Amino acid sequence: MPYEPVLLARVNRPDSPRLEGYRNDGGYAAFERVLREKQPLDVVNTIKDSGLRGRGGAGFPCGLKWTFLPKDHPGPIYLCINADESEPCTYNNRILMEKDPHQVLEGIMLACYAIKCQTAYFYIRYEYGTAYRTLQAAIDELYAAGLLGKNILGASFNLDIFLHRGAGAYICGEETGLIESLEGKRAWPRIKPPFPAIEGAFRKPTIVNNVETMACVTQIMRRGIDWFKSLGVPPDPKNPRDAGSFGPKLYTLAGHVNEPKCVELPMGITIRDLVEQHGGGVWKGRKAKSVNPGGISMGFVDVNAPLKGEDGKTEYDIPLDFNGPGRVGCLGLGTAAITVIDDQTSMVDVLHNTCQFFSHESCGQCTPCREGTGWMLKITDRLRRGQGRREDLDILIDVADRMGIIPGTTICGLSDGAGWPVKTAIRKFRQEFEDAIKVGRKSVVRSLPIAGVH
Amino acid sequence: MSVLSEDIKNRIRDYIPRYPSKQAVTLPALHIVHDELRCVPTEAVREIADLLDLAPAEVQDTMTFYQFFRTEDDKLGKTRLWVCRTLACALRGADDLLEHCSKRLNVPVGGTTADGKITLEFAECIGACEGAPAVLVNDEHVMNVTNERADELIDRLRAN
Ligand SMILES: Cc1cc2nc3c(=O)[nH]c(=O)nc-3n(C[C@H](O)[C@H](O)[C@H](O)COP(=O)(O)O)c2cc1C
Ligand code: SF4
Ligand code: FES
Repeated sequence: MPYEPVLLARVNRPDSPRLEGYRNDGGYAAFERVLREKQPLDVVNTIKDSGLRGRGGAGFPCGLKWTFLPKDHPGPIYLCINADESEPCTYNNRILMEKDPHQVLEGIMLACYAIKCQTAYFYIRYEYGTAYRTLQAAIDELYAAGLLGKNILGASFNLDIFLHRGAGAYICGEETGLIESLEGKRAWPRIKPPFPAIEGAFRKPTIVNNVETMACVTQIMRRGIDWFKSLGVPPDPKNPRDAGSFGPKLYTLAGHVNEPKCVELPMGITIRDLVEQHGGGVWKGRKAKSVNPGGISMGFVDVNAPLKGEDGKTEYDIPLDFNGPGRVGCLGLGTAAITVIDDQTSMVDVLHNTCQFFSHESCGQCTPCREGTGWMLKITDRLRRGQGRREDLDILIDVADRMGIIPGTTICGLSDGAGWPVKTAIRKFRQEFEDAIKVGRKSVVRSLPIAGVH
Repeated sequence: MSVLSEDIKNRIRDYIPRYPSKQAVTLPALHIVHDELRCVPTEAVREIADLLDLAPAEVQDTMTFYQFFRTEDDKLGKTRLWVCRTLACALRGADDLLEHCSKRLNVPVGGTTADGKITLEFAECIGACEGAPAVLVNDEHVMNVTNERADELIDRLRAN
């Protein structure tokens, strides 16, 4: 039986963003029931027991994060919603915000009740103007209906939700970069610890959660733990540290697929099935050569590389759960954005494009990241111009291996994400890079005049 | 004379109660000014600082971090047209599109047409990848932008 979407159930309804329609579909009943019948700790425990892991990229267990807040804190405690969504090829948060904002807002209200937060800041990237205005209209409806503000529904619970617009910087998605940006400073990520749950926004305990995570909170509180756990992949019994990959997930398809779109499925679908069955296959009758599973920070999969120990299967067959991409050397599931690269495309060009992104977006605080991203861009640029040198590939891997919080040289994960596509592309497609150097193969390189600061 | 109208100042002041620190109003204030004036003049930086009890250098520091806000000698046109150049769009012709727009508008990337109507920029992923190549018109997406559709869009933006 085909899977019936839950998170996306309402997106094609006429007037899906409106409060009235949302309530007619049973919206805010979970919030009202919780407010009447449950203690905050009950909600924390439900989310913890559901196994929900954050959808923003790191996959940290959501309920567990909430328990890191100091006990009996006099407040204020803040919730920051991360709608910076700038990981390339990712757009699931946008669809939720534009098409079903109340599902997200109900999750925020439930989360705030759980963590005893009275002020939530919803940090949304500037480029999402439509989502911003849709959310503001939805929030206005909630104040008018007495669902936000003081003494909500006659209970002693107060809550304000404020939208806060970014200004076009990827680094504001890193949770402490987000906090600095919210505070009106340059978005330089903080050294951790202290983690935000101890000292976050305005030096107060703060939880940062992703938009899709909030939509999942709504559905868990509405449908229960059993429903959530009936979907996805249970923990690997051989790995005591695996928290499993439960629940539905919004995958975003992009690149060389026939039908680039956002698809909701239980966690754990393979890349092959996602692309071939849900994305309509590779465009122009071509074959896939590589796939980026999870946003470009996660690195690349070689569609034709055999999967060790699994006869007849290739890296194309890995499941898109929290563990799958790691099995083939990728950083993780990331944002579950799946970008397909066809067999007519040069990996040199693809890699140059990713290096360009990270070099542009490094915040510049840490030398290995600031200099490393620039260096990698310079090298991939000369590879693409047919001026590659024999030692270039080793230098690229060397630089990529040394930058990031995993090797321990930088403050935030942007630089791990900058290194991963480089090392996976070169390790998996080395021959293509070597050929490019040997032959001096040139890509089409435009030298557009660029003015101004941007 | 003040460069910020009383209306702009009031709109900035309205944000102050939302946050425990006035400094947090920096980005909202910069956006209000930038949207209205198409740039943030140096004098406006001083006035924002005044409203928020900050040193002008603090506002300037934050403002320049984002490379988003224009200064008065580099003012935005009426419409800011961003062409995405990141992977999903690059795989579907973003380089061509950016070049096409640059030629059609007769401006370098980052530049503004002589009539002050359109500023052309490149953007990193604008989150509209299912409609690659995609562009942003101020803060709204336009998807699946072929060269022909870009021409139509540009004509429309020029006409208004
Ligand atoms: C460079 C960088 C960019 C990030 N961008 C985002 C983002 O745009 N949205 C997001 O939700 N998380 C992003 N994250 C992850 C956040 O730091 C954080 O883990 C997440 O918002 C937590 O929410 P969750 O637990 O609900 O997933 C980013 C992390 C890094 C290192
Ligand atoms: S790793 Fe890069 S992006 Fe992160 S704080 Fe350091 S310089 Fe900034
Ligand atoms: S890569 Fe262009 S919109 Fe995402």
